[in-house]
Amino acid sequence: MSPREITSEKLLQMYGRMFRIRQVEERLATVQAAGELPGPVHLYIGEEAIAVGVCAHLSDQDWICSTHRGHGHFLAKSDEIQKMVAEVYGRATGVCGGKGGSMHVADVSKGILGANGIVGGGIALAAGAALSAQTRGTRNVAVVFFGDGAANQGVLFEALNIAALWRLPLILVCENNGYSEFSPTASVTSGEIWNRATPFGVPGRPVDGNDVREVWAAAGEAIERARSGGGATLLEMRTYRLRGHVEAEKSFLSRSYRSDAEVEQRREREPLRLAMAALQGAGVTADAIAKVEEKERAAVRAAFEYAAESPWPAPGAAFEHMFA
Amino acid sequence: MAKKRMVQAINEAITEEMERDGSIIVLGEDVHISPVGDTRGLIERFGAARVRNTPISESVMSGMAVGAAATGSRVICHLFYGNFIYTGFDAIANQAAKLRYMLGGQVKLPILYMAMIGGGRSVAAQHSDSMHPMLMNLGGIKIVMPASPGDAKGLVKAALRDDNPVFLLQAAGRGGELGEVPDGDYTIPLGKAEEKRVGDDVTVVAIGSMVKPALKACDELAARGISVSLIDPRTVVPMDYDAILASVARTGRLVVVDEARKSCSAASEIAATVAERGFHLLKAPIGRVAVEDVAMPYSPVLEKAVIPDAARIVDAVLKIAVSRGVAQ
Ligand SMILES: Cc1ncc(C[n+]2csc(CCOP(=O)(O)OP(=O)(O)O)c2C)c(N)n1
Ligand SMILES: [Mg+2]
Repeated sequence: MSPREITSEKLLQMYGRMFRIRQVEERLATVQAAGELPGPVHLYIGEEAIAVGVCAHLSDQDWICSTHRGHGHFLAKSDEIQKMVAEVYGRATGVCGGKGGSMHVADVSKGILGANGIVGGGIALAAGAALSAQTRGTRNVAVVFFGDGAANQGVLFEALNIAALWRLPLILVCENNGYSEFSPTASVTSGEIWNRATPFGVPGRPVDGNDVREVWAAAGEAIERARSGGGATLLEMRTYRLRGHVEAEKSFLSRSYRSDAEVEQRREREPLRLAMAALQGAGVTADAIAKVEEKERAAVRAAFEYAAESPWPAPGAAFEHMFA
Repeated sequence: MAKKRMVQAINEAITEEMERDGSIIVLGEDVHISPVGDTRGLIERFGAARVRNTPISESVMSGMAVGAAATGSRVICHLFYGNFIYTGFDAIANQAAKLRYMLGGQVKLPILYMAMIGGGRSVAAQHSDSMHPMLMNLGGIKIVMPASPGDAKGLVKAALRDDNPVFLLQAAGRGGELGEVPDGDYTIPLGKAEEKRVGDDVTVVAIGSMVKPALKACDELAARGISVSLIDPRTVVPMDYDAILASVARTGRLVVVDEARKSCSAASEIAATVAERGFHLLKAPIGRVAVEDVAMPYSPVLEKAVIPDAARIVDAVLKIAVSRGVAQ
């Protein structure tokens, strides 16, 4: 698949979804700072092209597993903006009833097995979903999003091995955003992450994770291979986290771990900016783009109003859902 | 004596011990920046050879701690949130807890594993467990759960001079709490409880994070004319059963408070041991205040319903005190 194959309609659609995620995340940053959220949030700002470009190829019967930075993956695959925001607010109307919060947003009806609080926790789950898709004789696939930091968990190597042996329909999407919490990737990660697949006979490649067209093309190819029995792929999406590891991190860190100048420099190639330029290049009018943006803005505004006005869970709900 | 914060007391203990003992090394994720604050300044002071910022690889970290400790280093392995003990659990359960035993006593394993445990901050189920009972069940692991900065400093120093794997489990989110810390070098022996309040009506044993609400409960109960003997075991392995039984011998009544899930909790173990060794001392059934057998929820409303607080401790005490005529 080539990035050139994307129609301008598809590009605009993906831009709209990225814009939606950005809107949600920017609002979450604001309400977090205002003390309106019960727990911490890890924002996806600057990485939106990855979730959107990958999920553009997936149906509700395909599975994804995500990370602690999981709002973007959720919103790329499910339309339930209100329920997701309400979950982050800890309300009864949240998609998990307020039990999971930011690090566990999940919409199983849409093939989202959830964000995950354990770094690397999604890798084996997705391998299991891929095994299930395979043994049930479907053409469905499983995608796991994980960070560059998670690439240092041994489970990645165990999953690569077993996925190669069993030709599992598994796509491993590493989001290399330059940092593993407060450590620069190179200080804790040796070699190239994409190349970690090679010894297992699994195709691996680096991708410009900020260009949604590149993500779309690389993911499309990997997903098609997985659907047709060709097995797993490891994609290393090169991106950059524009916000902190976690919101309000400056309040507890004794010193900074990256410069503001670095962040500003990386902002020049941030995914929405690149997608906007691509849209303009494809001849999409400013009017058409503005219309999409306005629609998304309104939907996100409504979702936050809904969440903030939603009731808290009943205390007794704490004791439900341990067993089926 | 000076007032210091919990993280500061732990940081001081580690710094002083690393100064004293050149064989101590530190392994952990982001220990150089120390988001928790307890390893702050160590890399500047002792260098990157002794203070190792690790990748997110708990299984190799916890296992390297065993290998390094068996071969001459004294290791601090910082696991950050207690739930990441699980990702590093194989080496803890299969190696650290039993290697010395399996080898007929040929090795010593001086390791201090550190982690923050418990809920109350809306970080949900994968960042809120209190897993000390699971570690207690392993056998070959000591477990330190300080409830004040002064205790923390003395216990960490003792742990860093111990030749066995020790876990330091801090109550998460409570690193900023202040308390008196004695000046100079001191240790608190592992296995020595402290009676935080002296009383005659009911014994309350509170573990780690639960000492604070238990102190509040003592005040409320005192206002109702019930005097509580509040025991803080400080270490759950070894457990100071002599201190607990001596208190129960005076009061005849026991309530145990633990932030772990109730089944097989530290509270269960204490209750069982007191029933076994002190049945004749008891005038009422033993009460347990713990988390019901659910995971920690995210929403603050739900967390509040799950985590024991002073009100629940007061209720549990009244239940065994009122029914037996201690209070009216
Ligand atoms: C098993 C485990 N270890 C440590 C942590 C603490 N932690 C949360 S996010 C994080 C960094 C993750 O880095 P990366 O995988 O690159 O993802 P990013 O945050 O950059 O998206 C760490 C160390 C955790 N949640 N789980
Ligand atoms: Mg990263």
